[in-house]
Amino acid sequence: MTDYKKEREEEWRVTLRKSMPAKDRTNIERVEMPMQDAVERRSNNKEVNLGLTEEMALQESRRCLDCANPQCVTGCPVGVNIPKFIKKIEGKDYLGAAATIKETSTLPAVCGRVCPQEKQCEAKCFYVEKLKKKAVAIGYLERFAADYERESGKMAVPEVEKPNGIKVAAIGSGPASLAWAADMARKGYDVTVYEALHEIGGVLKYGIPEFRLPKKIVDAEISNLEKMGVKFVTNTIIGRTISIETLRERGFKAFFIAAGAGLPRFMNIPGENSNGIFSSNEYLTRVNLMHAADPEYDTPVIKGKNVMVVGGGNTAMDSVRTAKRLGAERAMIVYRRSEAEMPARLEEVHHAKQEGVEFFTLNNPVEYLADEKGLVKQTRLQKMELGEPDASGRRSPVPVEGSEYTLDTDAVVVAVGVSPNPIITSAIEGLDVDPKRRTIIVNPENNQSNIPDIFAGGDIVRGGATVILAMGDGRKAAAGCDEWIKSQK
Amino acid sequence: MNKIVEKEFFSENVVKIVVEAPEIALSRKPGNFVIVRLDDKGERIPLTISAADTDKGTITLVVQRIGVSSYKLAAMNVGDYIHDVVGPLGHPTHIYKAGTVLACGGGVGVAPLLPIVKAFKEAGNRVVSVLAARNKDLIILEDEIRKYSDEVIIMTDDGSYGKKGVVTVGMEEVIAREKVDLAIAIGPAIMMKFCSLTTLKYQIPTVVSLNTIMVDGTGMCGACRVKVDGKTRFVCVDGPEFDAHKVDFNEMLQRMGCYKEQEKEAFERYKQTI
Repeated sequence: MTDYKKEREEEWRVTLRKSMPAKDRTNIERVEMPMQDAVERRSNNKEVNLGLTEEMALQESRRCLDCANPQCVTGCPVGVNIPKFIKKIEGKDYLGAAATIKETSTLPAVCGRVCPQEKQCEAKCFYVEKLKKKAVAIGYLERFAADYERESGKMAVPEVEKPNGIKVAAIGSGPASLAWAADMARKGYDVTVYEALHEIGGVLKYGIPEFRLPKKIVDAEISNLEKMGVKFVTNTIIGRTISIETLRERGFKAFFIAAGAGLPRFMNIPGENSNGIFSSNEYLTRVNLMHAADPEYDTPVIKGKNVMVVGGGNTAMDSVRTAKRLGAERAMIVYRRSEAEMPARLEEVHHAKQEGVEFFTLNNPVEYLADEKGLVKQTRLQKMELGEPDASGRRSPVPVEGSEYTLDTDAVVVAVGVSPNPIITSAIEGLDVDPKRRTIIVNPENNQSNIPDIFAGGDIVRGGATVILAMGDGRKAAAGCDEWIKSQK
Repeated sequence: MNKIVEKEFFSENVVKIVVEAPEIALSRKPGNFVIVRLDDKGERIPLTISAADTDKGTITLVVQRIGVSSYKLAAMNVGDYIHDVVGPLGHPTHIYKAGTVLACGGGVGVAPLLPIVKAFKEAGNRVVSVLAARNKDLIILEDEIRKYSDEVIIMTDDGSYGKKGVVTVGMEEVIAREKVDLAIAIGPAIMMKFCSLTTLKYQIPTVVSLNTIMVDGTGMCGACRVKVDGKTRFVCVDGPEFDAHKVDFNEMLQRMGCYKEQEKEAFERYKQTI
């Protein structure tokens, strides 16, 4: 465990702290993220948030009071040493800031962009908890440090221990696996990551759009892992192309399964199999991974003038904002609860509204109507009201009798959640799987499954979560895996 | 990257491609398919595996030229590399001793039917195969099918080879004279629909292998979904084989036409480039 109190008394930290009175620090307004113009960005796929300038980052870093008992770190699933990296920024040691983040996080440039900081580190910030002011922009600063490092061309390759010759494999190449692979490589293991698709990165590639997470940033992180000795194998489905048993025969000593939540849910309402109705996975995969909107690529997509997206999560926001960029005249969110219950990040909802997305909250589709060719043309919607809180603690939506109406929709994206991918779990005999959720059951201490050499994490264990939680699982599983392997000698 | 090691045109529009894929050659079973992406701008298309050679580490694909990707694949040559081949996907065929198996192949559907016919024969079944196509040129793999069938009936729409008529005429002939315990039909969706209607009349258990639109082929996207017994199923992970009498073929046909216009436009553009 990091001794935050002791670290804080290091000379450079004390000097920095004394360089500006706390009162002056708290008087600084929280920085605003520079953004691409809302109208302009609707017609391009470039990143919306432009990142802080050096001046902005310095100013924001001064807001951090370098608390004696920093609570922000308790809000981070991977325990990034937040005060230290922010003070490194204040001291203009930007590479040092990036190195600090990388002590615990594999993908800072990614997390700085897609983490729900407002629910994690920033929610615990002294400014929020005690001063009732806006939190220090920890996420923006994380992104600044990571971007600075990457753009400086001095991206540090983490030190790796002497190779121990022990082969281990990750299944899936999303954030959980990347975090696991990085930690295992650091500990000297011979790491191979197997991916079913033709590109490495999992949801970071097929799911999260370019305008929120540019692919070159993901690729830079992956190439850093390659420099650490991690091997990536695409187009390989463990459980189909090669079995776990065969990998054991080939000398692999342990496995980390993070195959993701690769099975989209539908609502099973009449007309849902009409043409022009996609799962968000399909819609986003076509556009992000397969580049369907680019005429140079062969994969098609139905663009639609009136695009309706069902759901209130980040994937729904990603889909609806993608629809806007593909030229939809109306891009609409239909969500059965109210805006307060939306699981999407506030920033995403805010950005979507700026871009002209319409929100139909307390509405739910009940039927799709198609034209003579089977293409969806209208949706029957029902109005909802909020009733008593349900198991999730959110007030559950109740249909309003007689409130049905019809909306013109020529493309629909269903973003109501995903289930774990069934291929790997059904291919491993004896693996403990939750009978209802189909998730892999693991020991929460070390993410080990009931089969000792198999560890698991990310959405295949959680059933749908965030990038940072997946990474947290990867790190925990790596520690557990290392300990288990060493105990076998 | 997977190297093409053999290529042979069965007819003007049907080509056999043998490609290096050693891991898939080892793990594939009858009924499995692969997803192929020809180049870095290509789409992901499902293709059934017709045969495999574990010694040479190759799998055989049979493709009919109908759109951009199939034309591009047919234009590739021995020595060229296919950018991505992934598989084997889907559940393999359930092979067992049924008794008499009526195996029906339509057009290029005979290619994925071949390993299934072989497996049923080797499991001790009497196998009667009905191969159907528009004309003589489009009948493929006849000799190979004969090798593993007790009898082969050839049907052509124009009567240029075998008997004149559609596949169901040949099926009716067999059903009229002997007890059929299991029917298998692989071919165009419309052909499988009519095969299914035929066997339904006689309550013969029937299996069809669906070839719907897919993107990832691993259950992730749901593009391949189709109603079976009133429930939405994913062809890639729940199939590709289903009880024919429970498949909603009309919905399947509708869904397979989803990108018809885009496909046509893309094909027009492609023709300009060749």
